[in-house]
Amino acid sequence: MKKFTLPFMAALFLVLAAAPAILDGYNLSLLGRFLALALVTLGLVWCWGKGGVLSLGQGVFFGLGGYAIAMHLKLMGLPAGEIPDFMMWNGMSDLPAWWAPFKSPIFAVAMVFVIPGIASFIMANLLFRRRITGVYVSLITQAVALAFATLLTSQQGVTGGFNGLTNFTTLFGANYGTPEMQKTLYWVTVGFVALTFVVGILLERTYFGKTLLAIRDGENRSRYLGYDPVPYKVFAFTLAGILAGVAGALFTLHVGVISPAMVGVVPSIEMVVWAAIGGRESLMGAILGTVLINFAKDRISTALPDAWLYIMGVLFMLVVLFPPQSWKLPRLFKASKKPTFKEVHGD
Amino acid sequence: MGDTALFLGQLFNGVSVGSILLIAALGLALSFGLMRVINMAHGEFIMIGGYLAFLAHQIIPSGASLWLALPLAFVGTFLLGALLESTLIRRLYGRPLDTLLATWGLSLILQQAARQIFGPTGVEVTAPAWLSGAINFSGALSGLTIPHVRIFVIVLALLILGGLLLLINKTRLGMLVRAVNQNREVASTLGVNTRLIDMTVFAIGAGLAGLGGAALALISPVTPTVGQSYIVDAFLVVILGGLGSLAGTTIASFVVGLFSAGLQTFTSVSFAKVLLLAGVVAFLQWKPKGIVVMKSRALEEA
Repeated sequence: MKKFTLPFMAALFLVLAAAPAILDGYNLSLLGRFLALALVTLGLVWCWGKGGVLSLGQGVFFGLGGYAIAMHLKLMGLPAGEIPDFMMWNGMSDLPAWWAPFKSPIFAVAMVFVIPGIASFIMANLLFRRRITGVYVSLITQAVALAFATLLTSQQGVTGGFNGLTNFTTLFGANYGTPEMQKTLYWVTVGFVALTFVVGILLERTYFGKTLLAIRDGENRSRYLGYDPVPYKVFAFTLAGILAGVAGALFTLHVGVISPAMVGVVPSIEMVVWAAIGGRESLMGAILGTVLINFAKDRISTALPDAWLYIMGVLFMLVVLFPPQSWKLPRLFKASKKPTFKEVHGD
Repeated sequence: MGDTALFLGQLFNGVSVGSILLIAALGLALSFGLMRVINMAHGEFIMIGGYLAFLAHQIIPSGASLWLALPLAFVGTFLLGALLESTLIRRLYGRPLDTLLATWGLSLILQQAARQIFGPTGVEVTAPAWLSGAINFSGALSGLTIPHVRIFVIVLALLILGGLLLLINKTRLGMLVRAVNQNREVASTLGVNTRLIDMTVFAIGAGLAGLGGAALALISPVTPTVGQSYIVDAFLVVILGGLGSLAGTTIASFVVGLFSAGLQTFTSVSFAKVLLLAGVVAFLQWKPKGIVVMKSRALEEA
């Protein structure tokens, strides 16, 4: 952490808090969504940048959070005894038992944290306890993302299938989609991002944070020194999972829809590139990278619909060939990091 | 349709799916095993092979186009693989996760290019007359139908596997490849041009994917995203088989193929996928390094 980073971030969050006064409705809505997405990236900084575990399945946790809140919104707008519209179209007559508790707002909000948390905790244990490492973890998480999206699409009666869950009318008793609600949602999102950032900065400085880096840089060396890498990696992976879940819920509230198209292999990898562009270890880079790349995507894909995939493809290659951590100029965006043992002595 | 016919039909489906997975996974296993390169653009080599087969069909619209399509697809993707290795992959050795991201970027570019050149919907390649029939069984097995073209793909997959095994185990090039795989530094010290070996191996992997793509074009239309539909399953096969083991990859391909065909008779396609994944993860709890473990004394493995 450079000395001037904290004042810079404080200023940034002040600007973000004041954004509703400056931006028009459309751009404010975009900024809100992209800040929600930044939570996924903040999680990836912990999991990938600091934990060394590249998860290509963040879309799964994103989706679990998003669907949890979307189920609540679907149920809230209903008169007693009725079932959501898409269930009727699919010829169902009763609400599935596991849908029912989501009627309670407290339960639904809790589930936004609990379901992705449990899912990522179980997955992390399955992967790390048996020392499945590196690319194996990435490829397995990617397969999970594929399976999850396929499953959501196929179970049309209970998940809304390909279209996902949409057409929300009320949120916690207020009308859904009003400008006031947009603003409230926006501030809640900024609050979450700021909180995650500050907690992250503190966590970075703890003994725990430093041990995590040590494990990333030399897992077996840490093992020989008496550290068990498993709980550290499980924690980092679970933290990333929960953050992705919260991001999914907030994003769903901002956009008004959650569908399998947002949780599969392609979006999951896209999430990784936001982290890569911001500098995979930098919490500040995660926020800036996510917001900038998504604004660029919005503008470019509106102006030149065919060009975006090319640009995205080139970006992927560039951030790998010239990672932001290695740039000399913007030291502002660089996470504080002493050179690793590997870098000083070779391996 | 009798139970036996149904069973044999699913068995054949499993072998057929397995052979397609084998075609898709062999090149991956080759570059992953030897160079620790995760090539996410491998699926796009399959796609390009398919489009080259389509072009061959435009040049020779008769059934004979297959004999142009196969070599054209192999040579085209081989050259593309060599080009890719010498420009991009070469800079990323030792950083497998970065090869994953960079080649994913490449796959986005190739897909978009294909979309603009050939259009977003699929193009069809007509199988020659001698492949368009099917074997129809009668009597106790009535109802069982085995299309010739599926048999052709299975045979081709086995030929590719056999050719690769011969190349690796019986030729001088194969010996050099094995030497580099066993100990890169020592091989290099003994005068092996490891860079050239890397490029050749990567290009052969790409060429095999292209060849597979030309064959798959006979079964289903070629679309810009056809590669993506194979790549995740193919990687699952490589992981299940064990890093860098051709034998493991082969076994895993057919295991996955047979299991998904078998599971699909009890449940839906999507549940079969979930169950299969659960099965793979469960298997890795038991054997984290896959079916065939390559012994290594390295402290850290990529």
